[in-house]
Amino acid sequence: MEHRPLKPETDTREHLVVIGNGMAGCRAVEELLARDPARYRITIFGAEPRVNYNRIMLSPVLAGEKCFDDIVINDAGWYADNGIALVAGDPVVAIDRAAKTVATRGGAVEAYDRLLIATGSDPFIIPVPGKDLPGVIAFRDMDDVSAMLAAADAGGDAVVIGGGLLGLEAAHGLSLRGMKVTVVHLMPTLMERQLDEAAGWLLKQALEARGQTILTGADTAGIVGDSKVEGVKLKDGTLIPASLVVMAVGIRPSVALARDAGLAVGRGIQVDDHMVTSDPEILAVGECVEHDGQVYGLVAPLWDMCRSLADGLVEQHTGYRGSVTSTKLKVSGIDVFSAGDFSGGDGCEDIVLRDASRGIYKRVIVRNDRIVGAVLYGDTADGSWYFDLLKKQEDVSGLRDLLIFGQAFAAGGGAADPKAAVAALSDDAEICGCNGVTKGQVVSCIAKGARSLDTVRGTCKASASCGSCTGLVETLLALTLGDDVQSGPKTMCKCTSFGHDDVRREIVAQAMHSIPEVMQKLHWTTPDGCSSCRPALNYYLLCALPGDYVDDQQSRFVNERMHANIQKDGTYSVVPRMWGGLTNPTELRAIADVVEKYNAPMVKVTGGQRLDIFGIRKEDLPAVWADLNAAGMVSGHAYGKSLRTVKTCVGSEWCRFGTQDSTGLGVRLERMSWGSWMPHKFKIAVSGCPRNCAEATIKDFGIVCVDSGYELHVGGNGGIHVRVTDLLCKVASEQEAMEYCAAFIQLYREEARYLERTAPWIERVGLAHIMARIVDDPADREALRARFLTSQSFSQDDPWAQRAEGAEAAHHAPMARFTPQEELA
Amino acid sequence: MSAPDWLDIGWVDQIPVRGSRTVQVAGGDDIALFRTAEGKVFALLDRCPHKHGRLSQGIVHGGAVACPLHNWRISLSTGEALGEDKGCTPTVPVKIDGGRVLICRASTLKAAA
Ligand SMILES: Cc1cc2nc3c(=O)[nH]c(=O)nc-3n(C[C@H](O)[C@H](O)[C@H](O)COP(=O)(O)OP(=O)(O)OC[C@H]3O[C@@H](n4cnc5c(N)ncnc54)[C@H](O)[C@@H]3O)c2cc1C
Ligand code: HEM
Ligand code: SF4
Ligand code: FES
Repeated sequence: MEHRPLKPETDTREHLVVIGNGMAGCRAVEELLARDPARYRITIFGAEPRVNYNRIMLSPVLAGEKCFDDIVINDAGWYADNGIALVAGDPVVAIDRAAKTVATRGGAVEAYDRLLIATGSDPFIIPVPGKDLPGVIAFRDMDDVSAMLAAADAGGDAVVIGGGLLGLEAAHGLSLRGMKVTVVHLMPTLMERQLDEAAGWLLKQALEARGQTILTGADTAGIVGDSKVEGVKLKDGTLIPASLVVMAVGIRPSVALARDAGLAVGRGIQVDDHMVTSDPEILAVGECVEHDGQVYGLVAPLWDMCRSLADGLVEQHTGYRGSVTSTKLKVSGIDVFSAGDFSGGDGCEDIVLRDASRGIYKRVIVRNDRIVGAVLYGDTADGSWYFDLLKKQEDVSGLRDLLIFGQAFAAGGGAADPKAAVAALSDDAEICGCNGVTKGQVVSCIAKGARSLDTVRGTCKASASCGSCTGLVETLLALTLGDDVQSGPKTMCKCTSFGHDDVRREIVAQAMHSIPEVMQKLHWTTPDGCSSCRPALNYYLLCALPGDYVDDQQSRFVNERMHANIQKDGTYSVVPRMWGGLTNPTELRAIADVVEKYNAPMVKVTGGQRLDIFGIRKEDLPAVWADLNAAGMVSGHAYGKSLRTVKTCVGSEWCRFGTQDSTGLGVRLERMSWGSWMPHKFKIAVSGCPRNCAEATIKDFGIVCVDSGYELHVGGNGGIHVRVTDLLCKVASEQEAMEYCAAFIQLYREEARYLERTAPWIERVGLAHIMARIVDDPADREALRARFLTSQSFSQDDPWAQRAEGAEAAHHAPMARFTPQEELA
Repeated sequence: MSAPDWLDIGWVDQIPVRGSRTVQVAGGDDIALFRTAEGKVFALLDRCPHKHGRLSQGIVHGGAVACPLHNWRISLSTGEALGEDKGCTPTVPVKIDGGRVLICRASTLKAAA
């Protein structure tokens, strides 16, 4: 396809040659023609054998919502009408700056006065085995779409590598075309460059509900197949069959021509504010350029660039100053918007609104009274409004309280005063969508005596379900009662209006499975929680879903992540388990060897009847564990919110006063309950007679053996506030003592709040409650015990052994070492 | 031969999301590299302004890390203690290039001094 200008030989105007018949190249020409249609003779070279089209609409073409003709921007007539010579399907392969010519692959040579490079980007192909097999394609131009459509016609399975904007649009199109699609994404959240964790989680749910398989945190090892693609292999060994693999992991500015010609190239072709490269005769525009250290992968900046470029070409310099971008995902039925910077940080304030029943998440980030970023999921209607406020850097302090509800709300009456806005609502305005409670009902419930959020929730149910209207109910309380409002239940932390018990109840009631899900469904006001709620949620989920929940290591305190106690100098102490306080020569020898081998400066006998090795360096931990494992020892969990020790005395086997085998019972109790995660640390002791040498009456669960059986004591505590145990009951056999212990631990696990020891828990709920469930109700006791044992079947894996074998090994070692002397030498 | 301005530490993916890795600096404090939920990477001296807790061992949330020793919250971008607490940990300029993490050589040398 070639349109020659009418009479090039006789045309004496300056010759502008454009390399790249894409979005930026043609837009630049349009802008130029709008300013001065006659100034330049123009020739455009395009690698693609077709006219200029709207690249971003390739996604709807793939999805079957548009055809190619619908997305053409400039048809053949436009080139002809404007006297533009289009050389399509013959890429430029070299620029000769001395001779001021370009040469094409087909051998044509064209002279230029001004040259414009608009070569866009090249898809990045990850360098894995099999990347060149037929059936592996990128998603960049119409040829790629045609290849995907051909593959979809044949049916079968497709794998899309990359869960960013491009990859998800490809996956959506292919699944609409009938393929079974798996998205393989390296990062833990989809579109992590545009979305935060909360929005990424919602997106994943929505795509999975549409039948796509989404694998996050999945690293591609290679593409398998003999003469064509047969599947994708992940680094964890998983093999996903596929007849089509789409690589959509990113793009790289297409700079080869410019670099070969000796132009200044960083990440992209470097240009000044007028889109001029290091050679004053050569300009560049679009995704191939780097301006002020930035490269762009979206169209909006191109429009700004093209304006400045055209202004420069007609000598009316204005200058490009960089662009702020926003993103929308083009997947029909799923609304996602993001703009600006949402990484948070100093002085940044997050305003978050979540509406679980409508699947909405909105987050606006404000710094110094200006919007700096926004992430919207489910309801993106206000995206352009936020983006506009962001770009104009408008002061939003006056809108602050209503900002998150969107333009319509914030612009409405009494915008500056949320109280006035709520006061202005009519009596039949719905306050709580979940329970259908109107303003009138809430006010009358307050008038009838409800004086706190909690009582309102308890009486008329407003804000009792998802909690998103908590703010409205609180405003109504303040409006109706003034200063008489009583403060509500203590919330879990400042990220939520719910208390611990509410959160736990809802996790079970709504069968929640992950931390982002809890945060969404219960309307967390922060994007990813804080160091108080994250460990608590992690525990609640772990407790509710034994064997099913995937522990979130990054939501655990350092000691539980490292499986050792951090000391104030940053080293760790290591305490191996000594069952019931018993040990033997092999164990003692192994401990002695570890102390010498790793230069541990101190070994101490703990109050829990075992040995604590101090001063181990973080990077030595896996080796220390391996050595201890080799002698048969496992982690003592001396660091965890979990069973610590079972302290015993020597009992009937040796002691002249002993009534029962306290040592043996202690060993059996520890074997039963080690490894379980709990709301807080948990200590057990067994004394062989009421002389109580094992100090069982200041333990969470203590057993004092007597002639006729076993006294079971609960809720004791050493520490600052010593609390002596309460007597729970007396049982006759060791078997029963074990059963009651298991039931008690499980009740504590299920009912106590995170970081609540047994002592304050029992004082809060009352001993009678515990007796009712464990002593008076054998069926309940048995059910609790069974749940504990089920949970234990998943948690009695020695964390040391897993890590000594290499799990997370890298995370114990520094990522790099730096020695200034060596480096300087 | 002049030394480069930036030290290449490794791949971004080596730092767990909402987690941290360290760079050992001979004769000085370690440098802690953090990666937030949004994938941003920051570098600070691995030393809390309070009582020198290892910030690399803390819980990363939003743009801050909670120190493992007494739960001060430290801003990852400025190193300042947040909330009521006062104090500041030196930051180290960091940039990402082609998936590699680079930290500022001069600041790293200062950490070793
Ligand atoms: C499927 C898809 C969906 C997208 N969706 C969106 C979206 O929703 N929103 C958004 O803002 N952006 C989107 N984008 C990105 C957007 O399309 C690009 O930012 C835009 O096209 C960049 O314009 P450009 O002119 O710099 O590059 P291109 O449009 O790629 O144009 C470059 C042209 O130069 C040609 N070329 C390269 N080298 C040579 C050579 N040596 N000789 C001759 N010709 C050459 C290429 O063949 C190409 O035609 C999407 C991209 C894709 C692929
Ligand atoms: C960060 C804080 C703490 C650390 C690192 C810590 C560490 C330890 C360690 C390592 C042991 C030896 C336990 C074992 O053998 O498993 C121990 C024992 C003990 N700790 Fe703590 N502890 C802490 C806080 C507390 C608090 C707050 C209390 C009181 C509530 C407490 C009370 C005890 C008691 C009573 C023992 C002796 C246990 C026994 O005899 O069984 N500790 N502690
Ligand atoms: S508690 Fe009783 S049985 Fe146990 S060692 Fe002391 S005196 Fe002996
Ligand atoms: S040392 Fe960091 S909070 Fe105390």
